[in-house]
Amino acid sequence: MSSLYLARNPRVAARSLDGEMMIMSGRDSTLFTLNKTATVLWQFADGATPLDQIVERRICSRFDVEPAEALQDAETLARELASREILQLSEEPILPRNPVAGEPR
Amino acid sequence: MSSLLEEVSAKALKLNIPLSVQLDLTYRCNERCVHCYLDHDDHGEMTTTEIKHLLDEMADAGVFILTLSGGEIFLRKDFFELLEHARRLMFCVKLKTNAVLIREREAARLRDLAVESIQVSIYSHRPEVHDAITLIPGSLQRSLNAIRFLKSQGLKVIIANVLMTQNMQDYPGVRALAEELGVECTLDPTVTPMMDGNRFTVNLGVDQSALRQVFRDASLVGDVNEFCAIPAKPSENELESTPCSAGHTACYVSPYGEVFPCVQFPLPTGNVRRQRFVDIWRYSIQMREVRSIRVKDLTTCTSCTHVSSCTRCPGLAYMEGNMRGPSSQDCEKSFARTGVPSANMLEKKRAGINLVQIRVLPNMARPAA
Ligand code: SF4
Ligand code: SF4
Repeated sequence: MSSLYLARNPRVAARSLDGEMMIMSGRDSTLFTLNKTATVLWQFADGATPLDQIVERRICSRFDVEPAEALQDAETLARELASREILQLSEEPILPRNPVAGEPR
Repeated sequence: MSSLLEEVSAKALKLNIPLSVQLDLTYRCNERCVHCYLDHDDHGEMTTTEIKHLLDEMADAGVFILTLSGGEIFLRKDFFELLEHARRLMFCVKLKTNAVLIREREAARLRDLAVESIQVSIYSHRPEVHDAITLIPGSLQRSLNAIRFLKSQGLKVIIANVLMTQNMQDYPGVRALAEELGVECTLDPTVTPMMDGNRFTVNLGVDQSALRQVFRDASLVGDVNEFCAIPAKPSENELESTPCSAGHTACYVSPYGEVFPCVQFPLPTGNVRRQRFVDIWRYSIQMREVRSIRVKDLTTCTSCTHVSSCTRCPGLAYMEGNMRGPSSQDCEKSFARTGVPSANMLEKKRAGINLVQIRVLPNMARPAA
């Protein structure tokens, strides 16, 4: 399977509330909250780290999950977040195009 | 409020997080609105560096919704630098402006920075009425041009229409204009007293009959009977609830770094030039006092028919002298809605009768000539 890279969409607004991300879509101001796993994906979606590495280092080490299953779930989740324009996905590393690309807090 | 936003607000309330902050970048303004409650002279605004530092502190404290307002925000030469910084910190940024200084270039920049919404004050669809309120000839035309530039960039624009005697008859025209422009429109019948407590601006507000007209306009309130119904007795839960978001999940910071529970609640709680934002939020005695108040603690209001549906603003009550007391402007609104006088009105009336009796008694005691 080829690597999948994720980057936070710089057009959204985001803040962590008690360990879970609140995200306001830049497209239509819809509010989302991400559960703890989705929050990890968001936090490490730097455009440079492939999804399998995020899952291996950040998800499997924290949550008690099977690596293969975790990767599949994470990919489904990443595609869902991308469809809502919260994440950007690519098979190549994603370079920040917008100089204002945000840092998660 | 969407149910998810309600859920998030409830969580922020429990965790004592200031979810939403209004930061006024300046009190300077290029309009001179007759009802404005601000002193427009610059008494030492925070510098670019101070504001960026404050934004960092606010992001760390958990602030999510950041409303940048003024005065007129575009008068700050560093406005876009500050906005860029705010967006880098991933705030959900809302702007309040008269939009007079927004042209194509500014609108495009706002789109690039993905601001959530831009609220523009429009007082009338007629230039002679709007410009007579802003005291700037041509201001309506410039604000409307700006709204078109913003819309053409796909930005969300909200027209804010403050109702006063001067523009009372024009709100249907403003709403039609908003529809034509494809933007939202809000209507606010409350005129805020001056920050120093001077209430002359309040006299520009609409009277009872105008309020009654607005509250019976189904296009504004929906089901008139329901909106104007006399409310049920408050439940235990309602009595235990907090009066509003001020000091609970929201606060206000002035251009001079002063922190208040709300833009309409000028109780000083600290200054970010001397203290960390989060320390003021968590530990200021005044903030904690505001936070401790429950509906059941309100004087007068707890015995009022309207308490469960009243829009009582604790900030306006504070400006009248008691943050636990009633706010006369909200009493007026409750009365206009239901036709039932508020506990505060009845108390004042009784006090009036007493005063007459006190004045009359000595004369009566005077021996007959
Ligand atoms: S009710 Fe008054 S003090 Fe409370 S949030 Fe509204 S304006 Fe501010
Ligand atoms: S109507 Fe007046 S007295 Fe009654 S609850 Fe509202 S502010 Fe208090």
